[in-house]
Amino acid sequence: MRRSLPVRTPMSPMSPTSPASPTPRTPRRHAALLALSSAVALALAACSSDGSGSSGGSLQGEGTGDACTIADPVPVGAALSLTGAAGSYGESQRKGLELAAETLSDDGVTYELAIEDDQTDPRQGITVFEKLASDGVSAIIGPTLSTVAFQAQPIAQEEGVPVVAISNTADGITEQGEFIHRVSLTEGQVIPQTVEAAVAEHDLEDVVVMYSDDDAFTESGYQVFAEALEAEGVDVADTLTFSVADTDFRPLLTQAKAADPDAIVVSALIEAAVPLVTQARELGIDVPIVGGNGFNNPQLMADAGDAAEGVIVGAAWNSAATDNAQNTAFLEAYEEANGGAPDQFAAQAYAGLQAVDAAVRAGCSAEPDAVRENLSALQDLDSVLGTLSIDENRDAVHEAVVQVVDGGQFVALG
Amino acid sequence: MQQLLNGLSIGSIYALFAIGFTLVFGILDRLNLAHPAVFAAGALVGIELVDAAGLSVWLALPAVAVVGGLLGLVVERVAFRPLRDRPDAHFAGLIASIAMGGMLVALLQWRYGPDTRRFPAGAFPEQGYELLGARITLLQVVILAISVLLMVGLTLLVARSGLGRSMRAVAENPTAARVVGVDVERVTATTFAISAALGAVAGALFAMNVNSAQLGMGAAIELKGLAVIVVGGMGSLPGALVGGLLLGLAEVFAVQYVGSSWRDLVAFGLLFLLLVVRPQGLFGRARVREV
Repeated sequence: MRRSLPVRTPMSPMSPTSPASPTPRTPRRHAALLALSSAVALALAACSSDGSGSSGGSLQGEGTGDACTIADPVPVGAALSLTGAAGSYGESQRKGLELAAETLSDDGVTYELAIEDDQTDPRQGITVFEKLASDGVSAIIGPTLSTVAFQAQPIAQEEGVPVVAISNTADGITEQGEFIHRVSLTEGQVIPQTVEAAVAEHDLEDVVVMYSDDDAFTESGYQVFAEALEAEGVDVADTLTFSVADTDFRPLLTQAKAADPDAIVVSALIEAAVPLVTQARELGIDVPIVGGNGFNNPQLMADAGDAAEGVIVGAAWNSAATDNAQNTAFLEAYEEANGGAPDQFAAQAYAGLQAVDAAVRAGCSAEPDAVRENLSALQDLDSVLGTLSIDENRDAVHEAVVQVVDGGQFVALG
Repeated sequence: MQQLLNGLSIGSIYALFAIGFTLVFGILDRLNLAHPAVFAAGALVGIELVDAAGLSVWLALPAVAVVGGLLGLVVERVAFRPLRDRPDAHFAGLIASIAMGGMLVALLQWRYGPDTRRFPAGAFPEQGYELLGARITLLQVVILAISVLLMVGLTLLVARSGLGRSMRAVAENPTAARVVGVDVERVTATTFAISAALGAVAGALFAMNVNSAQLGMGAAIELKGLAVIVVGGMGSLPGALVGGLLLGLAEVFAVQYVGSSWRDLVAFGLLFLLLVVRPQGLFGRARVREV
């Protein structure tokens, strides 16, 4: 009989404390370890060289504008969430960037992308930013999420590498320093335009507002909605709150229905948006539903089906609604390269590199300081997002697209 | 009226979850914290069966019950049985089941990814009824009916059948039960299997009801399930049903009369008051048992 020796390890007395909440979380330990070890490796590398990777002057070109010629390929770093919770966004951004690098490179200036995965983890984001900065890139594009950006961007600011945020909508992203720019519109810019268009289209007089009050993103979206509604002179009949984890909205929607509003205005993430919209229609609420940025997701139509019809959402970009030559060419090239239609993330990533390209050519230099200066001064760039400028706060300025779900897809409202 | 129906609908989900929970918790005196993970597994597996394998909902639900039952057996075998002879078996099992739950969720994430998933549109007949000016869907009626049926069925099973007698004997004293010829292992495993099967079915129905299923869905309902069990009276199946419905109604009327931000505070406050008035729970008998 094969039996292991009956040696028993002494049992450690398990203290009967209250059971810890078993909320499942992605194990991040190994990521932290990885981040730590690579940080150490980087620190060592930084000691051996002097930290600045730009090899003397070859990023300084000759000529101006379209005639600009830079001898070496211009290194552009990108920190994207290719894996982890935001993995699907990062993947779109990667495709958009690669297409942009290919399209924008010509005989004079060529772009060499270094795309790194931040694993949707702020700590990994820091590591990636440190690596890119010490590799001497001319600019860093990304990261995908605002939470990562807040942690990682100070590194670029310290090292003097310009950053172009392509999908971050949170307040305060560009306040971290003069090197941080963005081409993505904030909720504060999109929502007022959405409300204005919805009021004009449906003659809204009173609405019910619903939002999840335990999430920073949806809470700030609510604030903007409330201000925009007040500015438009729309009465708020009732304001109802729920939790981000909620999935049953019937009690709230019954309340909302009783107020008989002209529309329901919702600031929620897509996880809540789909059940909320489905249940609203199920309870016989057929007024328009105006959503924040969380609703701007094709998943809404895929998962809510017919219930999504009539939902109004503002966005920075829409394949059909942004009507210019740049965008048409982009749609075609993207289809050909990736065999599918681009989403807003791909378009904004493309525009991000367009902005970097414009800045590089404006000064005919890919030195980080020159790129920063010209990025901050960017005006009226003809981009896939429309006419794009960077304002004095280094935030993007361009027209938002107000879309409505019609026949299972987003079309321009009006 | 609509709010009453809403409350009953939410409440019957709480009840369905709690009935499975309380079978093991109340009868075997084991707190199985892998139950919420089984709840999520039921929903995600059910979605895959309907979505990918093209099964109808009526076939998928029994299949989900079977999958849940198997998971229950695994949980019992891995997390509880090896530890049962320890003097602190209750806490050891509890901790081990948290670990099992975490592993199960990790496996689900590996298999299905972190995204929210849903039953395909029209998987369940989208029929609605008007009742005194309120709307209720066929699905909500079915969920309420299933909860009541299961409660009655399980109460009879525990009270009348040979298996039920064995369960109660094991709960009372495993050693004595073994002496009088009860196959303690088999009874324990069966109880876990039934419990987990119920949890899995509850998960699938919940996902259909709210059109959303995610990895953390079990964690969101877990504490409510525990509260329902305690309020209903430990181990009392009718208590789990009534407790679940009460919590659902309390939440809904908190929204209606107090304000949506105060929902949890009011709902749990009411449950707490109830416990102060009646410490053994609604249907609980004051028990004298060595734990």
